[in-house]
Amino acid sequence: MNIEESKDFLVSTASLKDVRTFSREVFEKINLPQDQKDELVLAIAEAAQNIVKHAYKDVAETSDRMEIRISLKDSDLEIGFFDKGKAVIPENIKHRKLDDIKPGGLGTFFIKQIMDAAVFKKDQKEWVNHLVLTKKI
Amino acid sequence: MSYKVTEEGNVSTVFLNGEIDMDVTEKAKEVILPIVESGKEVHLNLKDVSYMDSSGISVLIESHQKALENNTKVIVKEVSKSVLKVIMMAKLEQILNLE
Repeated sequence: MNIEESKDFLVSTASLKDVRTFSREVFEKINLPQDQKDELVLAIAEAAQNIVKHAYKDVAETSDRMEIRISLKDSDLEIGFFDKGKAVIPENIKHRKLDDIKPGGLGTFFIKQIMDAAVFKKDQKEWVNHLVLTKKI
Repeated sequence: MSYKVTEEGNVSTVFLNGEIDMDVTEKAKEVILPIVESGKEVHLNLKDVSYMDSSGISVLIESHQKALENNTKVIVKEVSKSVLKVIMMAKLEQILNLE
């Protein structure tokens, strides 16, 4: 089954629920175990949260929107995230060590646990950041 | 997210309900941390929490650490299956007091 769906959201923590709803609606159309769907929704929500938290760090309020594109071709799932926040420097993205117990720093770890790959691409002129998460399902 | 707090002796039970993400973590902390700081034992009942992300996990860690500072404890109770999975993904099942 092939799917390609996209939706844009206001860059805000208040949009995270809508991001999950959109993701769940897309994954409802795909025959996957519920546990795996839940994990994928978590990975998408964490990536969207990272946009709000890091690409728009110190921005109290914005009218900017972020776009999420979910596509499935055969068994290749690709999820794209587009935003116009501060440019991400991929080398600076690190999750905390798991034995260093403290609040924060787990979102990127979850994404890496759930997805096969997470890559920032520089192929979009109209956007600043383009993150692509991929997974063979 | 909604919540309810019940008290019995030196134990306060906080029943959280709904989805816990970055949008509601400040509200969750405003409910939980003052009780912990008062020195009471806190039971966090998560049976009606259907979703928790890394921000929610941070609230659990912060509550746990705040309890240690205040010589009390936070016990996480009746964790829903979906939340337990996230706690285990973060390898925190041995760190947090789960019941």
